[in-house]
Amino acid sequence: MEGCGEDGQVKLLGMAYSPFVLRVRIALALKGIHYELIEEDIQNKSELLLQSNPVHKKIPVLIHNGKPVCESMIIVQYIEEAWGNKASNFMPKDPYDRAIARFWAAFIDDKFTPSIWGVFKGVGEEQQKAVEESVASLLLLEEALSGKAYFGGDEIGLVDIALGGLLVVIQTIERVTDSVLIDTLKMPLLSTWAHKFCKAEGVKEVLPHPAKLFEFLSEIRAKFTSPPTGN
Amino acid sequence: MEACGEEVQVKLLGGSTSPYVLRVRIALALKGIHYEYIEENTQNKSELLLKSNPVHKKIPVLIHNGKPVCESMIIVQYIDETWDTRAPFLMPKDPYDRAIARFWAAFIDDKLLPCIRAVFRGLGEQCQKAVEDTVANFLILEEALRTNLCFSGKAYFGGDGIGFVDIALGGTLAFVRALEKGTDSVLIDAEQMPLLSAWMDRFCEADGVKEVMPDPVKLLEFICATRVKFASLPAAN
Repeated sequence: MEGCGEDGQVKLLGMAYSPFVLRVRIALALKGIHYELIEEDIQNKSELLLQSNPVHKKIPVLIHNGKPVCESMIIVQYIEEAWGNKASNFMPKDPYDRAIARFWAAFIDDKFTPSIWGVFKGVGEEQQKAVEESVASLLLLEEALSGKAYFGGDEIGLVDIALGGLLVVIQTIERVTDSVLIDTLKMPLLSTWAHKFCKAEGVKEVLPHPAKLFEFLSEIRAKFTSPPTGN
Repeated sequence: MEACGEEVQVKLLGGSTSPYVLRVRIALALKGIHYEYIEENTQNKSELLLKSNPVHKKIPVLIHNGKPVCESMIIVQYIDETWDTRAPFLMPKDPYDRAIARFWAAFIDDKLLPCIRAVFRGLGEQCQKAVEDTVANFLILEEALRTNLCFSGKAYFGGDGIGFVDIALGGTLAFVRALEKGTDSVLIDAEQMPLLSAWMDRFCEADGVKEVMPDPVKLLEFICATRVKFASLPAAN
């Protein structure tokens, strides 16, 4: 898709399987913003990436009219504010509701995501501990969802994007590591939410291919579980 | 300070040695908001704290009209957005400048503060490595002050006045200074970091800030006493 025209020039430096990139793609899709997607090779980062994100050298990076924005949830908030007049809106209007949305987005990044990586990379007791921590975090999110269709209310909001971007990776990690994280019995609301989210307009079109994601994550997982070849 | 008038009820659950609490106190002071300050004992947390922040059980917590807001920089944004007609305006107006402000506040929280914590808790070689990492991160901030178009040539990260990033970093200053004394190290080097040093002096003398800065003697006492406790613990894995 060309990133030009009424939205200005929009480029996204990304990678097919990154949940952080996916968050940004979902936000762009929900706002109907056209952009050029540039696939980065993490083993061989482009000049543009190194120049655009010199501090972290990581994807995603959104480049809007030549100016780079880094860090997935910061990019999502930028998209919301730069295209504030375009539906849909991810952030509530009320300052208290906004604080709550930011709280859960931060919780997902600071507490939940590290435990998910722990499940993916860990073995034995360490992995079991990471599974328990992940489940505990999900139970808190289940409670936070309470009676709503989405964390954002009737429509997808900031927290939905924060967690939703991780969904397919979480589901694939469950399969690759043979663990249960989103338990349908213990987390009925979250399970329903996950199903609805993945089918939503804007989301379903950008989700990675599940079989390819499974293959990609299985290969990496094998490196963590294979016996060491020497010290 | 008594909470009264148009704010109706503003309480802050805090701790005198916490840089995170200090950030919130600075924001409240800059906006001229009256509030009731409740000192928490982190070894014996109050019912109010546990009820207000059940997820993390940490300070600071701002309770506004009975509703709790947690996480220091989220509280600062809440203060800015709730008292949005009252200067100073802590976040820039332009979406790109806001993204840059959030980026550097996140850098300070995700990269700089863990290193500072590691200096605080570390001993011997571990502490030394943490000092090096902290200095490296401060150098990145020095570079940002020097070259980033949003910041260079201005008095503060926020421009002419104190803003979001200033508060994020400024809240840590008293602790960093006391930590340097307590560990006999240099974290903010005036020669290597002239812009940051000048900014630091400016920030600490600013109205609103200087009145809420903690007692440096007490902070140093706290840091030294706590480090003695860390030293007597069995070696961590």
